[in-house]
Amino acid sequence: MNVELTEAPIRESTTDGTGPGVRILAADGPTRTQPLDEPETVVELRDVSCYYGTFRAVRNVDLKIARQRITALIGPSGCGKSTLIRTINRMNDLVPTYRSEGTVLLDGQDLSARDVDPVAVRRRVGMVFQKPNPFPKTIWENVAFGPKINGFKGDLNELVEKSLRRAALWDEVKDKLKQSGMALSGGQQQRLCIARTIAVEPEVILMDEPCSALDPRATLQIEELMAQLKRDYTIVIVTHNMQQAARASDTTVFMTMGEDRAGYVVEQGETVGIFTNPKHQLTEDYVSGRFG
Amino acid sequence: MTPSATPVANVAGRWEPDLARRRLSGTIFYGACLGAIGILLLTLLLILWDVLSQGLPWLDAQFLTGVPSRKTAQAGIFPALIGSLEVAIIVALVAFPIGVGAAIYLAEYAGNSRLTRALRTNISNLSGVPSVIYGIFGLAIFVRVMGLGFTVISGALTIALLIMPVVVIASMEAIKAVPQAQRDGAYALGASRWQMVREAVLPAAAPGIMTGIILAMARAIGETAPLILVGAFTFVTFIPQPFDGGYTVLPIQVLDWATRPQADFHGLAAAAIIVILILMFILNGLAILVRARLSRHIQW
Repeated sequence: MNVELTEAPIRESTTDGTGPGVRILAADGPTRTQPLDEPETVVELRDVSCYYGTFRAVRNVDLKIARQRITALIGPSGCGKSTLIRTINRMNDLVPTYRSEGTVLLDGQDLSARDVDPVAVRRRVGMVFQKPNPFPKTIWENVAFGPKINGFKGDLNELVEKSLRRAALWDEVKDKLKQSGMALSGGQQQRLCIARTIAVEPEVILMDEPCSALDPRATLQIEELMAQLKRDYTIVIVTHNMQQAARASDTTVFMTMGEDRAGYVVEQGETVGIFTNPKHQLTEDYVSGRFG
Repeated sequence: MTPSATPVANVAGRWEPDLARRRLSGTIFYGACLGAIGILLLTLLLILWDVLSQGLPWLDAQFLTGVPSRKTAQAGIFPALIGSLEVAIIVALVAFPIGVGAAIYLAEYAGNSRLTRALRTNISNLSGVPSVIYGIFGLAIFVRVMGLGFTVISGALTIALLIMPVVVIASMEAIKAVPQAQRDGAYALGASRWQMVREAVLPAAAPGIMTGIILAMARAIGETAPLILVGAFTFVTFIPQPFDGGYTVLPIQVLDWATRPQADFHGLAAAAIIVILILMFILNGLAILVRARLSRHIQW
Protein backbone atom coordinates (compact mmCIF):
# COMPACT_ATOMS: atom_id res chain seq x y z
CA MET A 1 0.00 0.00 0.00
CA ASN A 2 1.05 3.52 -0.59
CA VAL A 3 1.66 5.72 2.38
CA GLU A 4 -0.27 8.94 2.52
CA LEU A 5 1.97 11.93 2.90
CA THR A 6 0.84 13.91 5.86
CA GLU A 7 0.45 17.59 5.31
CA ALA A 8 3.15 19.27 7.30
CA PRO A 9 2.41 22.49 9.12
CA ILE A 10 3.34 25.11 6.61
CA ARG A 11 3.79 28.17 8.77
CA GLU A 12 5.00 26.86 12.06
CA SER A 13 8.48 25.57 12.01
CA THR A 14 9.41 22.25 13.42
CA THR A 15 11.81 22.35 16.26
CA ASP A 16 14.75 20.56 14.70
CA GLY A 17 17.79 22.71 15.17
CA THR A 18 15.94 25.97 15.42
CA GLY A 19 14.93 25.64 19.03
CA PRO A 20 11.49 26.18 20.50
CA GLY A 21 9.44 29.24 19.94
CA VAL A 22 10.68 30.03 16.47
CA ARG A 23 7.68 30.86 14.34
CA ILE A 24 7.73 31.63 10.71
CA LEU A 25 4.86 33.78 9.60
CA ALA A 26 6.44 35.37 6.62
CA ALA A 27 3.18 36.17 4.88
CA ASP A 28 2.26 38.34 7.81
CA GLY A 29 5.51 40.21 7.54
CA PRO A 30 6.49 41.71 10.88
CA THR A 31 6.05 38.58 12.97
CA ARG A 32 8.91 36.88 11.18
CA THR A 33 11.38 35.84 13.83
CA GLN A 34 13.39 33.36 11.83
CA PRO A 35 17.08 34.00 12.37
CA LEU A 36 18.72 34.41 8.99
CA ASP A 37 21.79 32.42 9.84
CA GLU A 38 19.81 29.36 10.77
CA PRO A 39 16.96 28.87 8.32
CA GLU A 40 14.56 25.99 8.61
CA THR A 41 15.15 23.13 6.21
CA VAL A 42 12.24 22.09 3.96
CA VAL A 43 13.98 19.72 1.62
CA GLU A 44 17.02 17.75 2.56
CA LEU A 45 19.05 15.53 0.26
CA ARG A 46 21.28 12.98 1.97
CA ASP A 47 23.93 11.24 -0.07
CA VAL A 48 21.79 11.28 -3.23
CA SER A 49 23.16 9.64 -6.36
CA CYS A 50 21.23 9.41 -9.63
CA TYR A 51 21.68 6.88 -12.39
CA TYR A 52 20.42 6.54 -15.95
CA GLY A 53 21.00 2.87 -16.59
CA THR A 54 24.59 2.28 -15.59
CA PHE A 55 25.58 5.93 -16.10
CA ARG A 56 25.90 7.85 -12.85
CA ALA A 57 24.65 11.37 -13.54
CA VAL A 58 24.85 12.75 -10.01
CA ARG A 59 26.91 11.48 -7.11
CA ASN A 60 26.71 11.79 -3.34
CA VAL A 61 24.87 15.06 -3.02
CA ASP A 62 24.13 16.42 0.45
CA LEU A 63 21.94 19.48 0.31
CA LYS A 64 19.63 21.45 2.57
CA ILE A 65 17.03 23.74 1.03
CA ALA A 66 15.79 26.46 3.34
CA ARG A 67 12.15 27.43 3.70
CA GLN A 68 11.01 30.62 2.03
CA ARG A 69 14.29 31.27 0.42
CA ILE A 70 15.43 31.05 -3.19
CA THR A 71 18.09 28.48 -3.81
CA ALA A 72 19.92 28.68 -7.11
CA LEU A 73 21.64 25.69 -8.68
CA ILE A 74 24.41 26.76 -11.02
CA GLY A 75 27.02 24.83 -12.95
CA PRO A 76 28.03 23.83 -16.46
CA SER A 77 25.65 22.03 -18.85
CA GLY A 78 25.33 18.35 -18.16
CA CYS A 79 26.45 18.50 -14.54
CA GLY A 80 23.15 17.08 -13.33
CA LYS A 81 21.36 20.16 -12.00
CA SER A 82 18.09 19.29 -13.69
CA THR A 83 18.43 15.63 -12.78
CA LEU A 84 18.94 16.64 -9.17
CA ILE A 85 15.88 18.89 -8.88
CA ARG A 86 13.76 16.37 -10.72
CA THR A 87 14.49 13.86 -7.97
CA ILE A 88 12.84 16.23 -5.48
CA ASN A 89 9.39 15.85 -7.08
CA ARG A 90 10.02 12.35 -8.43
CA MET A 91 9.71 13.49 -12.06
CA ASN A 92 12.63 11.29 -12.95
CA ASP A 93 10.52 8.26 -12.06
CA LEU A 94 9.02 8.81 -15.51
CA VAL A 95 12.38 8.13 -17.18
CA PRO A 96 12.51 4.39 -17.86
CA THR A 97 16.10 3.58 -16.90
CA TYR A 98 16.35 6.04 -14.02
CA ARG A 99 17.04 5.10 -10.41
CA SER A 100 18.37 6.96 -7.43
CA GLU A 101 20.16 6.17 -4.21
CA GLY A 102 20.11 8.11 -0.97
CA THR A 103 17.35 9.94 0.81
CA VAL A 104 15.23 12.94 -0.12
CA LEU A 105 13.35 14.41 2.83
CA LEU A 106 10.44 16.83 2.60
CA ASP A 107 9.60 18.16 6.06
CA GLY A 108 11.50 15.22 7.44
CA GLN A 109 9.53 12.65 5.43
CA ASP A 110 11.36 10.37 3.03
CA LEU A 111 10.06 11.10 -0.49
CA SER A 112 12.28 8.67 -2.27
CA ALA A 113 10.81 5.65 -0.51
CA ARG A 114 9.16 3.20 -2.85
CA ASP A 115 5.85 3.24 -1.02
CA VAL A 116 5.44 7.01 -1.34
CA ASP A 117 3.05 7.90 -4.14
CA PRO A 118 4.79 10.35 -6.50
CA VAL A 119 1.39 11.81 -7.34
CA ALA A 120 1.10 13.07 -3.77
CA VAL A 121 4.69 14.37 -3.82
CA ARG A 122 4.16 16.46 -6.94
CA ARG A 123 1.30 18.45 -5.52
CA ARG A 124 3.54 19.54 -2.68
CA VAL A 125 6.58 20.13 -4.88
CA GLY A 126 5.55 22.01 -8.01
CA MET A 127 7.62 22.54 -11.12
CA VAL A 128 8.06 25.17 -13.81
CA PHE A 129 9.86 24.07 -16.94
CA GLN A 130 12.41 25.61 -19.25
CA LYS A 131 10.03 26.07 -22.15
CA PRO A 132 6.65 27.50 -21.18
CA ASN A 133 4.20 24.63 -21.56
CA PRO A 134 0.67 25.94 -21.09
CA PHE A 135 -2.06 23.47 -22.01
CA PRO A 136 -3.98 24.18 -25.22
CA LYS A 137 -6.91 25.33 -23.11
CA THR A 138 -8.19 28.67 -21.90
CA ILE A 139 -6.18 30.70 -19.41
CA TRP A 140 -8.80 30.00 -16.75
CA GLU A 141 -8.73 26.26 -17.39
CA ASN A 142 -4.93 26.22 -17.32
CA VAL A 143 -4.96 27.53 -13.76
CA ALA A 144 -8.03 25.58 -12.64
CA PHE A 145 -6.75 22.22 -13.91
CA GLY A 146 -4.47 21.47 -10.95
CA PRO A 147 -6.97 22.41 -8.26
CA LYS A 148 -9.69 20.40 -10.01
CA ILE A 149 -7.69 17.18 -10.18
CA ASN A 150 -6.46 17.60 -6.62
CA GLY A 151 -9.92 17.86 -5.10
CA PHE A 152 -10.12 21.59 -4.38
CA LYS A 153 -13.39 22.30 -2.59
CA GLY A 154 -13.40 26.09 -2.44
CA ASP A 155 -14.30 28.78 -4.93
CA LEU A 156 -12.40 27.99 -8.14
CA ASN A 157 -12.89 31.44 -9.64
CA GLU A 158 -11.44 33.01 -6.54
CA LEU A 159 -8.48 30.63 -6.54
CA VAL A 160 -7.79 31.25 -10.24
CA GLU A 161 -7.85 35.00 -9.68
CA LYS A 162 -5.65 34.74 -6.59
CA SER A 163 -3.14 32.54 -8.38
CA LEU A 164 -3.00 34.84 -11.40
CA ARG A 165 -2.55 37.84 -9.10
CA ARG A 166 0.25 36.11 -7.25
CA ALA A 167 1.88 35.33 -10.58
CA ALA A 168 1.62 39.03 -11.47
CA LEU A 169 -0.43 38.16 -14.53
CA TRP A 170 -3.96 39.08 -13.48
CA ASP A 171 -4.01 42.62 -14.79
CA GLU A 172 -2.85 41.49 -18.21
CA VAL A 173 -5.30 38.60 -18.64
CA LYS A 174 -8.35 39.42 -16.50
CA ASP A 175 -10.36 40.38 -19.57
CA LYS A 176 -9.40 37.35 -21.62
CA LEU A 177 -9.60 34.40 -19.27
CA LYS A 178 -11.51 32.49 -21.95
CA GLN A 179 -8.72 32.87 -24.49
CA SER A 180 -6.17 30.17 -25.13
CA GLY A 181 -3.12 30.12 -22.90
CA MET A 182 -1.07 29.44 -26.01
CA ALA A 183 -1.95 32.87 -27.40
CA LEU A 184 0.03 34.71 -24.71
CA SER A 185 3.59 35.96 -25.14
CA GLY A 186 6.48 33.80 -23.93
CA GLY A 187 6.90 35.69 -20.68
CA GLN A 188 3.15 35.68 -20.04
CA GLN A 189 3.00 31.95 -20.79
CA GLN A 190 5.72 31.31 -18.23
CA ARG A 191 3.91 33.40 -15.63
CA LEU A 192 0.74 31.44 -16.50
CA CYS A 193 2.70 28.26 -15.80
CA ILE A 194 3.80 29.71 -12.47
CA ALA A 195 0.18 30.67 -11.68
CA ARG A 196 -0.84 27.13 -12.59
CA THR A 197 1.83 25.74 -10.27
CA ILE A 198 0.93 27.89 -7.27
CA ALA A 199 -2.79 27.22 -7.75
CA VAL A 200 -2.32 23.80 -6.14
CA GLU A 201 -0.55 25.51 -3.22
CA PRO A 202 2.67 23.55 -3.12
CA GLU A 203 5.34 24.06 -0.49
CA VAL A 204 8.26 24.04 -2.87
CA ILE A 205 8.45 25.32 -6.45
CA LEU A 206 11.18 23.91 -8.67
CA MET A 207 12.15 26.05 -11.64
CA ASP A 208 14.27 24.50 -14.34
CA GLU A 209 15.84 27.40 -16.23
CA PRO A 210 12.50 29.23 -16.33
CA CYS A 211 13.87 32.28 -18.12
CA SER A 212 16.11 30.77 -20.75
CA ALA A 213 13.46 31.24 -23.45
CA LEU A 214 12.52 34.76 -22.34
CA ASP A 215 13.75 38.25 -23.14
CA PRO A 216 15.47 40.35 -20.44
CA ARG A 217 12.32 42.25 -19.56
CA ALA A 218 10.24 39.11 -19.13
CA THR A 219 13.16 37.61 -17.21
CA LEU A 220 13.18 40.55 -14.83
CA GLN A 221 9.43 40.19 -14.30
CA ILE A 222 9.90 36.53 -13.39
CA GLU A 223 12.69 37.43 -10.98
CA GLU A 224 10.55 40.09 -9.29
CA LEU A 225 7.78 37.55 -9.08
CA MET A 226 10.10 35.03 -7.43
CA ALA A 227 11.08 37.60 -4.82
CA GLN A 228 7.40 38.00 -3.93
CA LEU A 229 6.60 34.32 -4.08
CA LYS A 230 9.30 33.45 -1.58
CA ARG A 231 7.14 35.01 1.12
CA ASP A 232 4.89 31.98 0.75
CA TYR A 233 6.93 29.39 -1.04
CA THR A 234 10.33 27.83 -1.15
CA ILE A 235 11.92 28.14 -4.56
CA VAL A 236 14.69 26.13 -6.15
CA ILE A 237 15.89 27.47 -9.48
CA VAL A 238 18.29 25.97 -11.97
CA THR A 239 19.93 28.67 -14.04
CA HIS A 240 22.73 29.12 -16.52
CA ASN A 241 22.58 32.83 -16.05
CA MET A 242 25.00 33.73 -13.28
CA GLN A 243 23.75 37.29 -13.02
CA GLN A 244 20.32 35.81 -12.41
CA ALA A 245 21.63 33.57 -9.65
CA ALA A 246 23.48 36.51 -8.09
CA ARG A 247 20.48 38.86 -8.36
CA ALA A 248 17.63 36.60 -7.48
CA SER A 249 18.79 33.93 -5.06
CA ASP A 250 19.57 33.80 -1.36
CA THR A 251 21.53 30.58 -1.45
CA THR A 252 23.66 29.27 -4.28
CA VAL A 253 24.73 25.70 -4.93
CA PHE A 254 27.56 25.22 -7.39
CA MET A 255 27.76 21.87 -9.15
CA THR A 256 30.22 20.54 -11.65
CA MET A 257 31.13 17.15 -13.04
CA GLY A 258 34.09 14.93 -12.47
CA GLU A 259 36.20 12.81 -14.79
CA ASP A 260 33.45 10.19 -14.87
CA ARG A 261 30.95 12.91 -16.00
CA ALA A 262 29.04 12.43 -12.74
CA GLY A 263 27.83 15.73 -11.33
CA TYR A 264 28.55 16.67 -7.74
CA VAL A 265 28.18 19.66 -5.45
CA VAL A 266 31.37 21.67 -5.11
CA GLU A 267 30.19 24.39 -2.82
CA GLN A 268 26.99 25.75 -1.34
CA GLY A 269 26.27 28.77 0.78
CA GLU A 270 24.92 32.30 0.88
CA THR A 271 24.79 33.68 -2.65
CA VAL A 272 26.86 36.72 -1.71
CA GLY A 273 29.60 34.51 -0.35
CA ILE A 274 29.65 32.19 -3.36
CA PHE A 275 29.99 35.10 -5.76
CA THR A 276 32.33 37.35 -3.82
CA ASN A 277 34.37 34.96 -1.77
CA PRO A 278 34.21 31.42 -3.12
CA LYS A 279 36.11 28.83 -1.15
CA HIS A 280 36.94 26.55 -4.05
CA GLN A 281 39.04 27.37 -7.08
CA LEU A 282 36.47 25.60 -9.32
CA THR A 283 33.71 27.87 -8.04
CA GLU A 284 35.81 30.97 -8.51
CA ASP A 285 36.67 29.97 -12.07
CA TYR A 286 33.04 29.35 -12.89
CA VAL A 287 31.45 32.44 -11.33
CA SER A 288 34.14 34.67 -12.79
CA GLY A 289 33.59 33.20 -16.24
CA ARG A 290 36.95 31.50 -16.55
CA PHE A 291 35.44 28.06 -16.65
CA GLY A 292 37.18 25.92 -19.23
CA MET B 1 2.01 45.01 -6.02
CA THR B 2 0.31 43.32 -3.10
CA PRO B 3 -0.34 39.66 -3.63
CA SER B 4 -2.95 38.35 -1.27
CA ALA B 5 -1.23 37.29 1.89
CA THR B 6 -3.46 34.36 2.75
CA PRO B 7 -1.34 31.92 4.69
CA VAL B 8 -1.31 28.60 2.92
CA ALA B 9 -2.14 26.69 6.09
CA ASN B 10 -5.49 28.46 6.35
CA VAL B 11 -6.73 26.97 3.12
CA ALA B 12 -5.42 23.46 3.67
CA GLY B 13 -8.89 22.38 4.80
CA ARG B 14 -10.34 23.22 1.39
CA TRP B 15 -8.39 20.45 -0.26
CA GLU B 16 -9.57 16.88 -0.39
CA PRO B 17 -6.88 15.18 -2.44
CA ASP B 18 -8.50 11.79 -1.77
CA LEU B 19 -5.63 9.82 -3.19
CA ALA B 20 -7.28 6.49 -2.46
CA ARG B 21 -10.23 7.29 -4.70
CA ARG B 22 -7.97 8.63 -7.45
CA ARG B 23 -5.81 5.53 -7.28
CA LEU B 24 -8.91 3.37 -7.49
CA SER B 25 -10.27 5.20 -10.55
CA GLY B 26 -6.81 4.95 -12.10
CA THR B 27 -6.82 1.21 -11.50
CA ILE B 28 -10.31 0.91 -12.98
CA PHE B 29 -9.23 2.80 -16.09
CA TYR B 30 -6.15 0.61 -16.40
CA GLY B 31 -8.37 -2.46 -16.06
CA ALA B 32 -10.72 -1.14 -18.75
CA CYS B 33 -7.84 -0.62 -21.16
CA LEU B 34 -6.55 -4.09 -20.35
CA GLY B 35 -10.02 -5.46 -21.00
CA ALA B 36 -10.16 -3.68 -24.37
CA ILE B 37 -6.89 -5.16 -25.53
CA GLY B 38 -8.04 -8.51 -24.13
CA ILE B 39 -11.25 -8.49 -26.19
CA LEU B 40 -9.28 -7.51 -29.27
CA LEU B 41 -6.71 -10.27 -28.78
CA LEU B 42 -9.37 -12.85 -28.02
CA THR B 43 -11.32 -12.02 -31.18
CA LEU B 44 -8.18 -12.16 -33.28
CA LEU B 45 -7.14 -15.47 -31.77
CA LEU B 46 -10.63 -16.95 -32.32
CA ILE B 47 -10.61 -15.92 -35.98
CA LEU B 48 -7.09 -17.23 -36.44
CA TRP B 49 -7.90 -20.50 -34.71
CA ASP B 50 -11.07 -20.96 -36.76
CA VAL B 51 -9.29 -20.27 -40.04
CA LEU B 52 -6.17 -22.28 -39.22
CA SER B 53 -8.02 -25.33 -37.94
CA GLN B 54 -10.18 -25.46 -41.06
CA GLY B 55 -7.66 -24.37 -43.64
CA LEU B 56 -4.29 -25.81 -42.62
CA PRO B 57 -5.11 -29.39 -43.76
CA TRP B 58 -5.73 -28.05 -47.29
CA LEU B 59 -2.69 -25.84 -47.43
CA ASP B 60 -0.02 -27.62 -49.48
CA ALA B 61 2.08 -27.13 -52.62
CA GLN B 62 -0.74 -28.47 -54.78
CA PHE B 63 -3.08 -25.84 -53.34
CA LEU B 64 -0.66 -23.00 -54.04
CA THR B 65 0.25 -24.05 -57.58
CA GLY B 66 -3.02 -25.59 -58.72
CA VAL B 67 -6.01 -24.05 -60.45
CA PRO B 68 -9.64 -24.10 -59.27
CA SER B 69 -11.36 -27.42 -59.81
CA ARG B 70 -14.61 -29.11 -59.01
CA LYS B 71 -12.55 -31.83 -57.38
CA THR B 72 -11.53 -30.29 -54.07
CA ALA B 73 -8.42 -32.46 -53.73
CA GLN B 74 -6.99 -30.92 -56.91
CA ALA B 75 -8.22 -27.37 -56.40
CA GLY B 76 -5.66 -24.57 -56.11
CA ILE B 77 -5.42 -20.81 -56.00
CA PHE B 78 -2.49 -20.04 -58.28
CA PRO B 79 -4.48 -17.82 -60.70
CA ALA B 80 -6.08 -15.90 -57.82
CA LEU B 81 -2.70 -15.48 -56.08
CA ILE B 82 -1.09 -14.09 -59.23
CA GLY B 83 -4.17 -11.94 -59.88
CA SER B 84 -3.98 -10.46 -56.39
CA LEU B 85 -0.26 -9.76 -56.74
CA GLU B 86 -0.79 -8.04 -60.09
CA VAL B 87 -3.61 -5.93 -58.67
CA ALA B 88 -1.49 -5.06 -55.61
CA ILE B 89 1.49 -3.97 -57.67
CA ILE B 90 -0.55 -1.83 -60.06
CA VAL B 91 -2.50 -0.30 -57.15
CA ALA B 92 0.77 0.57 -55.42
CA LEU B 93 2.23 2.11 -58.58
CA VAL B 94 -0.89 4.19 -59.25
CA ALA B 95 -2.34 5.08 -55.87
CA PHE B 96 0.75 5.93 -53.86
CA PRO B 97 2.43 8.51 -56.10
CA ILE B 98 -0.90 10.21 -56.81
CA GLY B 99 -2.10 9.98 -53.22
CA VAL B 100 1.14 11.24 -51.65
CA GLY B 101 1.47 13.92 -54.33
CA ALA B 102 -2.04 15.17 -53.66
CA ALA B 103 -1.30 15.18 -49.94
CA ILE B 104 1.88 17.21 -50.44
CA TYR B 105 -0.06 19.67 -52.57
CA LEU B 106 -2.84 20.04 -50.02
CA ALA B 107 -0.54 20.29 -47.01
CA GLU B 108 2.37 22.31 -48.41
CA TYR B 109 1.27 24.22 -51.48
CA ALA B 110 -2.46 24.86 -51.30
CA GLY B 111 -3.40 27.80 -49.15
CA ASN B 112 -6.21 27.73 -46.68
CA SER B 113 -8.90 29.03 -49.01
CA ARG B 114 -12.51 27.95 -48.88
CA LEU B 115 -11.91 25.78 -51.94
CA THR B 116 -9.02 23.81 -50.45
CA ARG B 117 -10.86 23.37 -47.16
CA ALA B 118 -13.84 21.96 -49.07
CA LEU B 119 -11.44 19.72 -50.98
CA ARG B 120 -9.91 18.34 -47.78
CA THR B 121 -13.31 17.65 -46.26
CA ASN B 122 -14.55 15.93 -49.39
CA ILE B 123 -11.51 13.69 -49.60
CA SER B 124 -12.27 12.57 -46.07
CA ASN B 125 -15.86 11.90 -47.13
CA LEU B 126 -14.68 9.89 -50.12
CA SER B 127 -13.16 7.30 -47.82
CA GLY B 128 -16.64 6.65 -46.47
CA VAL B 129 -18.24 5.93 -49.86
CA PRO B 130 -19.32 2.25 -50.13
CA SER B 131 -16.84 0.31 -52.20
CA VAL B 132 -19.54 -0.96 -54.55
CA ILE B 133 -20.00 2.61 -55.78
CA TYR B 134 -16.35 2.56 -56.85
CA GLY B 135 -17.09 -0.69 -58.67
CA ILE B 136 -19.93 0.94 -60.60
CA PHE B 137 -17.70 3.90 -61.42
CA GLY B 138 -14.90 1.57 -62.54
CA LEU B 139 -17.31 -0.36 -64.74
CA ALA B 140 -18.51 2.83 -66.39
CA ILE B 141 -15.17 4.58 -66.83
CA PHE B 142 -12.40 1.99 -67.04
CA VAL B 143 -14.25 -0.95 -68.56
CA ARG B 144 -16.61 0.89 -70.91
CA VAL B 145 -15.46 4.44 -71.70
CA MET B 146 -11.73 3.72 -71.66
CA GLY B 147 -12.35 0.32 -73.16
CA LEU B 148 -9.98 -1.54 -70.89
CA GLY B 149 -12.43 -4.42 -70.57
CA PHE B 150 -12.76 -6.89 -67.74
CA THR B 151 -9.03 -6.99 -67.05
CA VAL B 152 -6.60 -6.78 -64.15
CA ILE B 153 -5.86 -3.17 -65.04
CA SER B 154 -9.52 -2.16 -64.74
CA GLY B 155 -9.78 -3.85 -61.36
CA ALA B 156 -6.52 -2.36 -60.10
CA LEU B 157 -7.45 1.19 -61.18
CA THR B 158 -10.79 0.83 -59.42
CA ILE B 159 -9.11 -0.34 -56.21
CA ALA B 160 -6.53 2.43 -56.54
CA LEU B 161 -9.33 5.02 -56.60
CA LEU B 162 -10.89 3.33 -53.62
CA ILE B 163 -7.83 3.51 -51.37
CA MET B 164 -6.53 6.88 -52.52
CA PRO B 165 -8.47 8.90 -49.91
CA VAL B 166 -6.90 6.82 -47.13
CA VAL B 167 -3.41 7.47 -48.54
CA VAL B 168 -4.10 11.19 -48.96
CA ILE B 169 -5.53 11.68 -45.48
CA ALA B 170 -2.81 9.68 -43.68
CA SER B 171 -0.05 11.42 -45.65
CA MET B 172 -1.55 14.84 -45.07
CA GLU B 173 -1.73 14.27 -41.32
CA ALA B 174 1.88 13.06 -41.28
CA ILE B 175 3.04 16.10 -43.27
CA LYS B 176 1.10 18.51 -41.08
CA ALA B 177 2.72 16.97 -37.97
CA VAL B 178 6.20 18.06 -39.11
CA PRO B 179 7.15 21.03 -36.93
CA GLN B 180 7.25 24.41 -38.64
CA ALA B 181 10.76 24.88 -37.21
CA GLN B 182 12.00 22.11 -39.54
CA ARG B 183 10.63 23.99 -42.56
CA ASP B 184 12.06 27.28 -41.32
CA GLY B 185 15.45 25.64 -40.82
CA ALA B 186 15.56 24.42 -44.43
CA TYR B 187 14.26 27.71 -45.86
CA ALA B 188 16.84 29.66 -43.85
CA LEU B 189 19.61 27.75 -45.60
CA GLY B 190 18.31 28.92 -48.95
CA ALA B 191 16.27 25.85 -49.86
CA SER B 192 13.62 26.22 -52.52
CA ARG B 193 10.16 25.03 -51.63
CA TRP B 194 10.68 21.71 -53.39
CA GLN B 195 14.08 21.24 -51.73
CA MET B 196 12.52 22.04 -48.37
CA VAL B 197 9.73 19.52 -48.95
CA ARG B 198 12.18 16.87 -50.14
CA GLU B 199 14.83 17.29 -47.47
CA ALA B 200 12.92 18.50 -44.42
CA VAL B 201 9.27 17.51 -44.69
CA LEU B 202 9.19 14.17 -46.50
CA PRO B 203 11.89 12.41 -44.42
CA ALA B 204 10.21 13.49 -41.22
CA ALA B 205 6.76 12.55 -42.50
CA ALA B 206 7.83 9.29 -44.17
CA PRO B 207 7.07 6.97 -41.24
CA GLY B 208 3.53 8.35 -40.97
CA ILE B 209 3.01 8.18 -44.73
CA MET B 210 4.20 4.57 -44.76
CA THR B 211 1.75 3.70 -42.00
CA GLY B 212 -1.06 5.06 -44.17
CA ILE B 213 0.20 3.07 -47.14
CA ILE B 214 0.30 -0.14 -45.10
CA LEU B 215 -3.31 0.35 -44.04
CA ALA B 216 -4.36 1.20 -47.59
CA MET B 217 -2.56 -1.83 -49.02
CA ALA B 218 -4.22 -4.17 -46.55
CA ARG B 219 -7.57 -2.81 -47.66
CA ALA B 220 -6.66 -3.17 -51.34
CA ILE B 221 -5.79 -6.85 -50.99
CA GLY B 222 -8.93 -7.66 -49.02
CA GLU B 223 -11.40 -5.76 -51.21
CA THR B 224 -13.98 -7.88 -52.99
CA ALA B 225 -17.20 -6.13 -53.93
CA PRO B 226 -16.02 -3.56 -56.50
CA LEU B 227 -13.98 -6.21 -58.31
CA ILE B 228 -17.06 -8.30 -58.97
CA LEU B 229 -18.48 -5.34 -60.88
CA VAL B 230 -15.34 -4.81 -62.94
CA GLY B 231 -15.17 -8.39 -64.05
CA ALA B 232 -13.18 -10.55 -61.66
CA PHE B 233 -14.40 -14.09 -62.35
CA THR B 234 -14.88 -16.84 -59.86
CA PHE B 235 -13.54 -19.69 -61.96
CA VAL B 236 -10.22 -18.87 -63.61
CA THR B 237 -7.94 -21.73 -64.58
CA PHE B 238 -5.29 -19.66 -66.34
CA ILE B 239 -2.70 -17.09 -65.28
CA PRO B 240 -4.30 -13.61 -65.51
CA GLN B 241 -2.62 -11.18 -67.92
CA PRO B 242 -2.53 -7.54 -66.75
CA PHE B 243 -4.10 -6.01 -69.87
CA ASP B 244 -5.91 -8.88 -71.50
CA GLY B 245 -8.47 -11.49 -70.64
CA GLY B 246 -10.18 -12.50 -67.44
CA TYR B 247 -8.77 -12.52 -63.95
CA THR B 248 -9.60 -13.24 -60.37
CA VAL B 249 -8.23 -12.35 -56.96
CA LEU B 250 -7.97 -14.19 -53.66
CA PRO B 251 -10.98 -12.68 -51.82
CA ILE B 252 -13.22 -13.52 -54.77
CA GLN B 253 -11.95 -17.07 -54.78
CA VAL B 254 -12.72 -17.23 -51.05
CA LEU B 255 -16.21 -15.86 -51.66
CA ASP B 256 -16.85 -18.49 -54.32
CA TRP B 257 -15.71 -21.40 -52.20
CA ALA B 258 -17.29 -20.19 -48.97
CA THR B 259 -20.73 -19.91 -50.59
CA ARG B 260 -20.72 -23.48 -51.85
CA PRO B 261 -22.68 -26.03 -49.83
CA GLN B 262 -19.98 -28.73 -49.61
CA ALA B 263 -17.87 -28.66 -46.45
CA ASP B 264 -14.63 -29.41 -48.33
CA PHE B 265 -14.92 -26.12 -50.20
CA HIS B 266 -15.16 -24.31 -46.87
CA GLY B 267 -11.81 -25.83 -46.00
CA LEU B 268 -10.42 -24.51 -49.29
CA ALA B 269 -11.84 -21.07 -48.47
CA ALA B 270 -10.12 -21.11 -45.08
CA ALA B 271 -6.84 -22.16 -46.70
CA ALA B 272 -7.15 -19.25 -49.17
CA ILE B 273 -7.77 -16.87 -46.26
CA ILE B 274 -4.52 -18.10 -44.72
CA VAL B 275 -2.76 -17.27 -48.01
CA ILE B 276 -4.29 -13.77 -47.98
CA LEU B 277 -3.09 -13.29 -44.40
CA ILE B 278 0.42 -14.42 -45.29
CA LEU B 279 0.45 -12.16 -48.35
CA MET B 280 -0.65 -9.22 -46.22
CA PHE B 281 1.96 -10.10 -43.65
CA ILE B 282 4.71 -10.08 -46.30
CA LEU B 283 3.56 -6.79 -47.84
CA ASN B 284 3.25 -5.12 -44.45
CA GLY B 285 6.66 -6.47 -43.50
CA LEU B 286 8.11 -4.89 -46.65
CA ALA B 287 6.43 -1.59 -45.85
CA ILE B 288 7.74 -1.69 -42.29
CA LEU B 289 11.23 -2.37 -43.62
CA VAL B 290 10.93 0.61 -45.95
CA ARG B 291 9.66 2.72 -43.05
CA ALA B 292 12.60 1.67 -40.89
CA ARG B 293 15.03 2.49 -43.68
CA LEU B 294 13.43 5.88 -44.26
CA SER B 295 13.46 6.83 -40.60
CA ARG B 296 17.00 5.56 -40.04
CA HIS B 297 18.38 8.96 -40.96
CA ILE B 298 16.00 10.81 -38.71
CA GLN B 299 17.06 11.22 -35.14
CA TRP B 300 14.75 13.30 -33.07
